[in-house]
Amino acid sequence: MHNSTTLEELALESGKPSPRPNQPGAPAVHVGISTECVHAGEARQKANDAITDSICCTSTYTFASTQSILDFIQEKQDREEYGRYGNPNEKVVERKLAALDRAEEAILYSSGMAAIVGLLMTKLSSGDEIVFFDQCYHRSREFCAKHLSRFGVVTHQVTTGDFNAMDAAINERTKMIVSESPTNPHLTAIDLEQFVALGKERNVETLIDATLATPFNVRPIEFGVDYVWHSATKYLGGHNDLLAGVICGSKEKLEPVRKLRGILGGINAPHNMYLLERGLKTFALRMHRHNENGQRIAEFLENHPRIEKVFYPGLPSHPSHAIAKRTMKGFGGLITFLVKDADWKETGSIIDACRIPRIGPSLGGVESLIEQPLVMSYFDYPPEAREQFGIFDNMIRLACGIEDPEDLIADLEQALSR
Amino acid sequence: MKFRTRAIHVGSEPDATGAVVPPIYVATTFIQPGPGDWGQFDYSRSGSPTRTAVEKTLASLEGAAGALAFSSGMAATHCAMMLLEAGSHVVAGCDIYGGTYRLLHKICNRSGISVTLAPAHDASQIAAAIRPETRMIWVETIGNPLLSIPDLSEIAAIAHRAGALLGVDSTFVPPCILRPLELGADIVMHSATKYLGGHSDCLAGVLAARDPELHQRLYFTQNATGAVLGGLESFLLHRGIKTLELRMREQCRSSLFIAQWLEKQPRVRRVLYPGLPSHPQHARAKQTMGDQFGAMISFEVDGDLERTKRICSATQLFGLAVSLGAVESLIEQPATMSHASYDAADRAAHGISDSLIRISVGLEDPQDLIEDLDQALNS
Repeated sequence: MHNSTTLEELALESGKPSPRPNQPGAPAVHVGISTECVHAGEARQKANDAITDSICCTSTYTFASTQSILDFIQEKQDREEYGRYGNPNEKVVERKLAALDRAEEAILYSSGMAAIVGLLMTKLSSGDEIVFFDQCYHRSREFCAKHLSRFGVVTHQVTTGDFNAMDAAINERTKMIVSESPTNPHLTAIDLEQFVALGKERNVETLIDATLATPFNVRPIEFGVDYVWHSATKYLGGHNDLLAGVICGSKEKLEPVRKLRGILGGINAPHNMYLLERGLKTFALRMHRHNENGQRIAEFLENHPRIEKVFYPGLPSHPSHAIAKRTMKGFGGLITFLVKDADWKETGSIIDACRIPRIGPSLGGVESLIEQPLVMSYFDYPPEAREQFGIFDNMIRLACGIEDPEDLIADLEQALSR
Repeated sequence: MKFRTRAIHVGSEPDATGAVVPPIYVATTFIQPGPGDWGQFDYSRSGSPTRTAVEKTLASLEGAAGALAFSSGMAATHCAMMLLEAGSHVVAGCDIYGGTYRLLHKICNRSGISVTLAPAHDASQIAAAIRPETRMIWVETIGNPLLSIPDLSEIAAIAHRAGALLGVDSTFVPPCILRPLELGADIVMHSATKYLGGHSDCLAGVLAARDPELHQRLYFTQNATGAVLGGLESFLLHRGIKTLELRMREQCRSSLFIAQWLEKQPRVRRVLYPGLPSHPQHARAKQTMGDQFGAMISFEVDGDLERTKRICSATQLFGLAVSLGAVESLIEQPATMSHASYDAADRAAHGISDSLIRISVGLEDPQDLIEDLDQALNS
């Protein structure tokens, strides 16, 4: 685990001595999260003295001579080689994300799913087993159940938050335990201390999908989690205009992950990485607002006569409110709620009546998005499977953007009172 | 809808693909229905979907009849000045952007346009500079670099009595804080490179007009002269506008905090920030800007040109650079940088001293910025 970035580190990240060093012997000044968002991971003095990073569109990198290739191979020089192994724009964002998550290292992928596939393909071999808490993104579940199984990897699912069941599902072949926190779409916060303790006790690695929490609200690595996974498409990018995924962890554990990524090739193009870097500059600012909008709108919905139930970890009515309050700084912009006495069509008509949130999958951008999990993600599932996953016909998932909360509340009010 | 909601949604209406972010059109030309039968877009100098989208957002935010996006702030100002003709006279504020000063004194003068500078914070001196041939008054919402505050409503009345237009460069004060058109200005101009774009990565300019006919005249000039904003920059500008209100709120809050701190420093002679009660037009600023006074601070240090240079060079977080308004904090010395294009005599006459420092407060943690200024002032 790393501490927060120091002023000296910001100045030194150019890879060359700072032109303006701190006074020798002066105590390290640790900077605030907003300062990290703007500056961490970037060279202080950039090419051509530009204030922002240039977008380096090149597929390959040239060597001055045969000798310089030999130097690169034999002395393991830190430089670029070929685009599939990474690019300078991606490296800047990896350093920024590692700083924000207090990780030694971060590895970016071209989507959130590419990231988890890259990690699991590195860490698991035929005969290995993993244990999941069952509330999770349906595509993660699908990948493990349908595809990892073809390679002889066994996946167990246990009830979310049931550590006894997870303990019981672990055996000598188990390599990893996995959970989202908070989960999607039920927003259950996991007791990370207990999760890490179980991993240590049973000698298995731990992975948390912290996409909904983000490093603004919780840093699982500070709890001792081995790997943190984010779909950077969401809050980290923040503008609904790029796809990316990231795995954070220790240098040692991630080294083989990076090597496999170099072979499989799920990296990010420089343009995309520039947009992610730019999005991260306002990350702290946006998260403040997502947290504020999420809390206010969850409270509004809970007090609304047409709403049966609201899932939001910032509400005392949520079963994991105590855990969330203890471990999280804020609770994000995602809210799931049930409409009283509504069938799936009536639920859909409320969504259709909203004027500000757009109807669509995804979350975490400046624009609010709304969807009905039954229709968007579970329409092909049989009713018993939907019941098992807790997907109800009258369920709506609202991803609050950063619009004015009064506009969002007024819009929901008119949609609910039609 | 409130400002922030409009910034995110107006101009970003979904197209046939349903994309939540409008596509980036880089096409230079568009296929037409038939000879002499024109579609909505023909040639991208005349209009392009990505530019039109951001122009729609800007018009909504400024409360304008229409907005035009240019390839730089100076291109926008130049387009406004091309409303004038030989023999026209311009009254401009004394502390205006150095580039505007240069445009008026060294380019527009060649077309037979004359200019008189007057202190914009004193409307009576603006009125006194009016001549029968005055066609334009040009002021900044907050003067640069002395951060003076003009009475825009009063100056609008003076302009209109004289049959002149009021153009306001509101680069320092984006529309989430103040909308000059609501106070009577005819044209509002922005260097959108600054707060509107907000990320130091696209050059852009904006003109927005209150009156539809004036908007059409400006559009005619823009189309005829061609300094339009490209598709990629239009996208970056549009993306930046979505977080404009959030950024501004935070940057204004940090700036007040830093200005109050600077005022207490023994090595600082005076601080110019409209949010401080010591600012000569503080009351006026409060009236029109509420509780957000922008994110530019000028201050004079106890020292000569060289000492001031050294302080500007000693910061670690503040980058030494001209420009402003972005997430990264910047520091500069107006005498040698942003206002070097002023004649030395005009600099002296208008109070732009060698010991003046101008900072643009970014999004970093304000405590970090204060620590950086503290070490630079004591270096």
